Amino acid sequence: MEMPLPSRMILDQKATLVARLAEALGADGVIHAETELRAYECDALTAYRCPPLAVVLPRSTEEVAEAVKICAAMGVPIVPRGAGTSLAGGSLPTADSVILGVARMNQVLEIDYPNRFIRVETGMTNLSVTGAVEGAGFFYAPDPSSQLACAISGNIAMNSGGAHCLKYGVTTNNLMGVKLVTAAGEIVEVGGAHLDPVGYDLLGVICGSEGQLGIVTEATLRILASPEGARPVLMGFDSSETAGACVADIIKSGVIPVAIEFMDKLCIHATEDHAHAGYPLDVEALLIVEVEGSGSEIEEQLSTIKEVANRHEPMVLRESKSEAESAAIWLGRKSAFGAMGQLGDYICLDGTVPVSELPRVLKGTADLAEKYGLQVANVFHAGDGNMHPLIIFNANAPGELEKAEALGADILRLCVDAGGCLSGEHGVGVEKRDLMEHQYAAEDLAQQMDVKDVFDPDWMFNPAKVFPLAASEGRRGA
Amino acid sequence: MQTNFTEAQLQNPGIARANEILRACVHCGFCTATCPSYQVLGDELDSPRGRIYLIKDMLENNRPADEKTVTHIDRCLSCLACMTTCPSGVHYMHLVDHARAHIEKTYRRPWHDRALRWVLTLILPYPGRFRLALAGAKLASPFKRLIPGKMGAMLDLVPPRIAPPMRHDDPGVTLATGERRKRVALMTGCAQKALNPDINAATIRLLTRHGCDVVVAEGAGCCGALTHHMGKTDLSHASAAANIRAWVGEADGAGLDAIIINTSGCGTTVKDYGYMFRHDPKIAEDAARVSALTKDISEFMVELGLGQASAPKLRVAYHAACSLQHGQKVSGAPKELLRQAGFEVVEPAEAHLCCGSAGTYNLLQPQISAKLKERKVANLEAAAPQVIAAGNIGCMMQIGTATGIPVVHTAELLDWATGGPWPEALAGLDTEIIAAE
Repeated sequence: MEMPLPSRMILDQKATLVARLAEALGADGVIHAETELRAYECDALTAYRCPPLAVVLPRSTEEVAEAVKICAAMGVPIVPRGAGTSLAGGSLPTADSVILGVARMNQVLEIDYPNRFIRVETGMTNLSVTGAVEGAGFFYAPDPSSQLACAISGNIAMNSGGAHCLKYGVTTNNLMGVKLVTAAGEIVEVGGAHLDPVGYDLLGVICGSEGQLGIVTEATLRILASPEGARPVLMGFDSSETAGACVADIIKSGVIPVAIEFMDKLCIHATEDHAHAGYPLDVEALLIVEVEGSGSEIEEQLSTIKEVANRHEPMVLRESKSEAESAAIWLGRKSAFGAMGQLGDYICLDGTVPVSELPRVLKGTADLAEKYGLQVANVFHAGDGNMHPLIIFNANAPGELEKAEALGADILRLCVDAGGCLSGEHGVGVEKRDLMEHQYAAEDLAQQMDVKDVFDPDWMFNPAKVFPLAASEGRRGA
Repeated sequence: MQTNFTEAQLQNPGIARANEILRACVHCGFCTATCPSYQVLGDELDSPRGRIYLIKDMLENNRPADEKTVTHIDRCLSCLACMTTCPSGVHYMHLVDHARAHIEKTYRRPWHDRALRWVLTLILPYPGRFRLALAGAKLASPFKRLIPGKMGAMLDLVPPRIAPPMRHDDPGVTLATGERRKRVALMTGCAQKALNPDINAATIRLLTRHGCDVVVAEGAGCCGALTHHMGKTDLSHASAAANIRAWVGEADGAGLDAIIINTSGCGTTVKDYGYMFRHDPKIAEDAARVSALTKDISEFMVELGLGQASAPKLRVAYHAACSLQHGQKVSGAPKELLRQAGFEVVEPAEAHLCCGSAGTYNLLQPQISAKLKERKVANLEAAAPQVIAAGNIGCMMQIGTATGIPVVHTAELLDWATGGPWPEALAGLDTEIIAAE
């Protein structure tokens, strides 16, 4: 992956920069030793790596602002980092940048049940937000598979989704307000604990801006009352295409399950060992369809879903019988990416297609995989058409990464050509940056970069991401 | 994750194993979420993912450990919560053990750190010396404000009552009462013997009452975990080998159905003896045999069946020791037994998080340990129990110094519920509440 050449001038100023940051944040808030910086050289996309110049770990919005001001004054780019779980290289550093991690800012600031919101520092993990309110019967809806570890800051940056977003929407539909630090080091609030901000929806611009418009340090999030009950049903099919067709028919039937998740054979086998969920091992593809509500609502929805499914002659059709079984079913799904690691190294894609196109794109993906001679596993949010093909390769074998990258690009082009897009929830990051021109015309990209110019005129936040380097060249460092 | 070892490096079985472990890691970051030191410090270098990276870099470049790397690896509690969380099956324990041995070989610690570690290895594994040290520490405790640093912090951990030496767990056999069903060896431990002799007494009564002949094998002693976690593998392997000889002797003699451990920290290590000696043909087979025979007392009691029990309706908070829940993956058995015995069992929030005891961790890393202790005790107290039960002496001591709620070993409660005496640690409990049940 091509990255801009680091600025010699910035590299030479490292000692001064570190001293000033340490003065503002305290010595334990700044990491600068070479051995230690290594651990921050990548996120969950390990194919691309580059140790940063330094790492700062502020403890408050004010400290974030201080750090931003120091970096701005010295012309040093900043790469914001939540929990470092990005699969798109969203927090990949450059050699002349400072990583600004919000992991130490992980406090709940306010919980308001009557008005259904929680205000948190964005270093909190996604799951711990639900953890803070579940005792009172509430939850936070977006649930990326990495929800145990991923931070709210990264969820906002990438507009993350998750299995249950089919019904509840993605981060942007559950985000009410943010506090952010601008490129000039100002602390700004956008939105708040009310339904919709008056005037332009700036919040909508910030959510999903991949850490390029500001550093979000606090978030006001919508919390919802937990449903009375929920029940997943497992459906096994003899081919991925049949499973894909079943998904399209379920959606067409008018029922809205909370989640329709898809796993293919490769993935089922890898995850079953970890989760012991009782997944059927002889099927080619598995759907996890979850519905929720009162007992009778669950029964009614499930009967429609089962009727649709039966038309596709499932090999297995099994409802969860206990809370423990439901938990195991979801543990398997949520740990699928990690468990795939047992098969080798992988790149996880995030292309999204119209649900009706699922069978065709699944078939096309399999054909491409065969052409390249690489294994591709599929595990994804089928109800949204949000695919996650996982390309398995051997990182220690010379040339395999490049081959996997080329296959990934072809699969994503296939998604775009099917009327879909490059990313459903992981963001563009660095991984899909150079494919943006396949999705957008030059003029479309220019419009987006105009927005970036307004918030961050010197292009200091999260450099070399989202926009192809050639397209942004005239603006970067301008 | 990609690794960069040369063919020559991979000839070394230790490096080959490290490579295998590192290759399994996909760097997903799930482990950070349940790592106690990361929860306290918020720096990825103090999380498993960060440490894995530090270790990878150190081993790949075959360089001696440096101060920074040592600092972050020293902050690891070895609670192994990361291994429960990891979906990729990364064997962090074997990797960090390897790194600790590498540190011990290639890094010279500051004199005071070396001295402290030397003192700990000379005292803790030997009950007699430890008892003497406790008595000395008790005498010194009025002056603890004058004693700086970690030595001063150690005095806070001295229990208010120092038990006299007991004879009930000396080498020998205690015969089953009633029908004889099994013959088992009990590992009597080292520090536990000095700190709380009631635990072995209760365990022996519980086992004999359930039809077990209980052997305390001549020559068995400390499991070696203490020195192993300091990277002092010569010492830890010597302790382990002595135990293996003692137990294999018993197994080949009158026979053994199991080796019972009631200090889960030791259990994790004994269950790993097979791995520890895998490349030593002289002892590999015996070591694997010992590991296969080893069971936590709660695992074994589930197999035996608790039988008739009548416990007073006490509200018991079960504290899951990390070595039991993460190290040995024994999480259901103790709770199941306590419920069967008739206790009301409650679990604290964040049950997966370490209490900060972690072997010698509370002595070597007092600040992080204190924060974890505070968090653990708050969670336990929020569950409003009358008693706290745990399966590991380290946790019991750690939690006991910070709460007024009595802390007992699970085996003591099970012994009581099946006909044993009222645990002495519960003497202060309101007898009227119990009588009313």
